[in-house]
Amino acid sequence: MTAPWVPATLVDARMETPWSRTLVLDAPEARPSLAGQSIDVRLTAEDGYTAQRSYSLASPAGTRPIEITVDKIADGEVSPYLVDQLGVGHMIEVRGPGGRFFTWTPDLPDPVLLVAGGSGVVPLMAMIRTREAAGGTAPMQLLYSVRTPEGLFYRDELDELAARGRIDVRYVFTRTVPAGWPHQAGRITRELLADFAMLPEHDPLVYVCGPTGFVEAAATHLVRLGHNPLRIKTERFGPTG
Amino acid sequence: MGIFSPGFTGRRREHVPDLPPGQYLERGFPVLTTGPTPHIDRRDWQLTLTTETGERRSWNWQQMLDLGPEEISTDIHCVTAWSKLGTTWRGVPLDRFLDGVETHAQYVMAGCYGGYTTNIPLQESLGRAWVAFEYDGRDLEPEHGGPARLLVPHLYFWKSAKWVNSLRLMREDSPGFWEQNGYSMHGDPWREERYW
Repeated sequence: MTAPWVPATLVDARMETPWSRTLVLDAPEARPSLAGQSIDVRLTAEDGYTAQRSYSLASPAGTRPIEITVDKIADGEVSPYLVDQLGVGHMIEVRGPGGRFFTWTPDLPDPVLLVAGGSGVVPLMAMIRTREAAGGTAPMQLLYSVRTPEGLFYRDELDELAARGRIDVRYVFTRTVPAGWPHQAGRITRELLADFAMLPEHDPLVYVCGPTGFVEAAATHLVRLGHNPLRIKTERFGPTG
Repeated sequence: MGIFSPGFTGRRREHVPDLPPGQYLERGFPVLTTGPTPHIDRRDWQLTLTTETGERRSWNWQQMLDLGPEEISTDIHCVTAWSKLGTTWRGVPLDRFLDGVETHAQYVMAGCYGGYTTNIPLQESLGRAWVAFEYDGRDLEPEHGGPARLLVPHLYFWKSAKWVNSLRLMREDSPGFWEQNGYSMHGDPWREERYW
């Protein structure tokens, strides 16, 4: 029982970074989403050739239009088209949303720890926005690792939520830090997680999303710090060797 | 001009005759796991087989090796639409764990470190399923299921359970983790048995 492909029109778009773009898509026939789900995107060439990829939704659960944020992969086939070429008013096809496991619903009372590597922040942003839309009160933390300050998605929105005390945000820069930043550039460590993250005693629901190596490291640190592996949900992208 | 994605040309087409319907060729080896990777030492590793009458047998690492591993060269197909062709593995055929076991079971439920489960049809998997511990000439990495995973390449790869530590023989079919969460009970990539 696979959902059918349905049309989606690009109604708005904005650049999140010099190489990533949020696409606002009106897809009236797509099913309502849960926070954390992804959608398949299909492109069709003149000769009928098609290419499809899966992208996490960034928009809050159940809302229309839907939003995805696409990171341009230099030698990619689909992402350069979505970032550089697809114009407002143009149509693509989408299927889903799908994925039932890496999801969060705002009725859950448990504290939530979100750990993002790079564009892995996208489905976690859907959770943050879903909580805002619902006026949720479950405590929420976001640890967001990215190479450089220019690479941050949704920075203004996250800073605003943090300033209002809605969410506890910590950025980790692995290559370059902003001027005057109190920490050195470097990867997420066990010490950093121990220092920032909710304690295992609070039994948070944990969502970790990012490149495979990042998720392996972060999830392993969390388990060794005492977090219950059954409370840690992961989504990895990109191949290993 | 087509209705969808105007101006999209796509990459130079690669003709791949061995791909099941809806699959694309992947050169890397993606990792799809719903939780943290368990890190199990081979010295602590154990595999337990339970028959439908409750009879149990267990193997530690050396005892598993003593059953006689073999080389496997096979294509693998993930339900998320990637396939890898010509992968090489080393593992012990499932049949060897069943030598001398009296059973009328038709299915096996594989269980894993970390709690994952998946159901596999027994008869059609004999000679086509292994407990694999090497990939591409090296010890299987933990994120790919090491120290040992099931390898059932004629079915979608969620059936090839990572970190396998139990095999429970069953007379009747019963859904494992993904099978309870929307995936096919069988999962034949050539018939595109992805979802219910």
